[in-house]
Amino acid sequence: MNQHNPTASQVQSFHPRAREALQNDQLRGNFRRAMDGLMGKRKAAFEGWDLESLRTLGAAVRQRALARLPDLLEQLESQLTSNGIQVHWATDADEACRIIRDICVAREARTVIKGKSMVSEEMELNHYLEAEGIEALESDLGEYIVQMAEQTPSHIIMPAIHMNTDEISELLHRKTGTDRSHDVNYLTASARQQLREKFMNADVGVSGVNFAVAETGTLCLVENEGNGRMTTTVPPCHIAVTGIEKVVPSLADVAPLLALLTRSATGQHLTTYFNMISRPRQPGEPDGPEAVHLVLVDNGRSGIYQDDELIDTLRCIRCGACMNHCPVYTRVGGHVYGTTYPGPIGSILMPHLLGLDETRHMPTASSLCGACGEVCPVKIPIPDLLVRLRRESVDGDSVHPGVVKGHGVKRGRWESLAWRGWQWMHANPGLYRTGTRMAARFRALQPASAGAWTRVRTAPRLAPKTLHQLMKQRADSNSSDNGGSR
Amino acid sequence: MTSREDILQRLRNRRDGELPMPELDYGSMTGRDWSAAQKLDLFQAMIETVHGEVHRATDEEWLDTLAGILKQRQARNLLTPLKHPIGAEIRASGHPDLPELLSYGEPVEHWQRELFNDVDAAITSTRGAIAETGSLILWPGIDEPRLMSLVPPIHIAVLEADQIFATFLEAMELQRWSAGMPTNALLISGPSKTADIEQTLAYGVHGPKELIVIVRQ
Ligand code: SF4
Repeated sequence: MNQHNPTASQVQSFHPRAREALQNDQLRGNFRRAMDGLMGKRKAAFEGWDLESLRTLGAAVRQRALARLPDLLEQLESQLTSNGIQVHWATDADEACRIIRDICVAREARTVIKGKSMVSEEMELNHYLEAEGIEALESDLGEYIVQMAEQTPSHIIMPAIHMNTDEISELLHRKTGTDRSHDVNYLTASARQQLREKFMNADVGVSGVNFAVAETGTLCLVENEGNGRMTTTVPPCHIAVTGIEKVVPSLADVAPLLALLTRSATGQHLTTYFNMISRPRQPGEPDGPEAVHLVLVDNGRSGIYQDDELIDTLRCIRCGACMNHCPVYTRVGGHVYGTTYPGPIGSILMPHLLGLDETRHMPTASSLCGACGEVCPVKIPIPDLLVRLRRESVDGDSVHPGVVKGHGVKRGRWESLAWRGWQWMHANPGLYRTGTRMAARFRALQPASAGAWTRVRTAPRLAPKTLHQLMKQRADSNSSDNGGSR
Repeated sequence: MTSREDILQRLRNRRDGELPMPELDYGSMTGRDWSAAQKLDLFQAMIETVHGEVHRATDEEWLDTLAGILKQRQARNLLTPLKHPIGAEIRASGHPDLPELLSYGEPVEHWQRELFNDVDAAITSTRGAIAETGSLILWPGIDEPRLMSLVPPIHIAVLEADQIFATFLEAMELQRWSAGMPTNALLISGPSKTADIEQTLAYGVHGPKELIVIVRQ
């Protein structure tokens, strides 16, 4: 689908990478500390709230927006256009990259400065632009660090969470000549200095969008650093990119989603900045970009939209809470997944973007403990969706045949034959009785190891008698004990 | 077929048919009937937890408060609005302790380097504040452009005490935002900050290091 998506081998080496990550004490410590902190802060931030009602409201707001999605997108487009913002549509990541490149080329832009945008990560926009000779620099401090390290974000909210201060200090020293230091304030100040130069010289600013309001034609951005405001204000041209699912009907819808987003993500009552953009620079205004564009990216989303169960995936407001609370993610970190979005949200989203063949490990990278679904601010039933995708990867059943790209990738001939036999046996009482009796009789032949299952568990043993036999015995002895007493 | 038509058509011809529209119950977000004093106290407490500094002053004393803040920080200059009454008042006061007053009189392109490197502090008005989250509401524009509250290391915001709303929802409703949004609307809760280096908070990463609110009562 997309020339620069991670290769299958990259995505599929989940297990070896997980083993490696589990043995890396440094990495595990970094994640453990960070995730414990985020979980605690989230809890504190919702103190005094009727969280259940608020989550129900958040889910309903998103559901209503999705129910009217095509109309809202058209309303958003016409409102933005009349506000002077140009709207573009992209069916996939490549087209979105091309649109942005074309805008840059038309403006003779050589340098792009970027605010944090997960959609642009999904598109691998930086690589695309660089291959076209356009410099793309991340300005969110975490993204800036990750880009310098030539890595990808390991968390959707805190991209550089896998690194510690020493590693970052060494990196900044090597790449920018900043003195080595443990002082986070010093490191931050030096990045500020370097990035300010870049802001002043950038030709285009590229940002993401948290909510797009159809009623007023307003793009809303949530951030703490101010780099998002810089990106959307200093360069003469601002290009916002967003998934098509981010649109909401009205400003009133923004309030509950915002209340849920920042508290769920980082435990903040509100981020430092909530930036709402409705127009390019107007006559007389001394700053702001003269041109503003919005690129609406589908990239698999309209496919997810078709299905009554899978559509819940599109409610996501990208808070990251499901990752912070996931016992798998918090132990292995984000890079192990090998995809733009890691953790529970990644596991329910990426199979649609890349196909189940390339992401077959994701739906099973979960213990189905349910923590993700419990914290999700918009009540996405993540565990149910994981189970659905597991079913899809063995091609569903007669009631729900597989529909997701790459469905059936895990269906094995022997396994489906075994289940066919199981089904046959359970439909024939005589066969069932003979079968279970035989199994009990020859139980000594049962192998002691059953692959991955018995690596960390003892194998369950078959009982000498079947349940049927036991129950029958009990009934017989009961009737002889109580015989004739009533 | 264009991509636009293609996407819209796929959304409209949805395989599983029409989607339900659940009811919205805003109960968990409304019913904060706080008094004006409670709202002010809450606003102050909330913005202080995120490193904002609050000074309460009367209309008579606020210029002294402002001058004191700037003097203490040895600010060499103050970017001041030209037309807004607070700008006019500052300029007319001739207060001896105020630093050099600058104005954003021309497009940023003409003086970008100066703005980024030489301005120590800026003062702006606000359209009010939100008690629940400790947030200031700003609608930057011709007189108080967007970069004023972002680029200088110190941002001083003047808030009228009777303009504090309970919640963001209430502020948008009472100020009728949906009737017409400005080029840019902002909520500001504290100075610019990051926790991207090992979860350690650092202030002033891209925007102001200090956010100081003068509440006029
Ligand atoms: S799935 Fe839910 S918890 Fe996870 S990022 Fe999306 S909104 Fe947040």
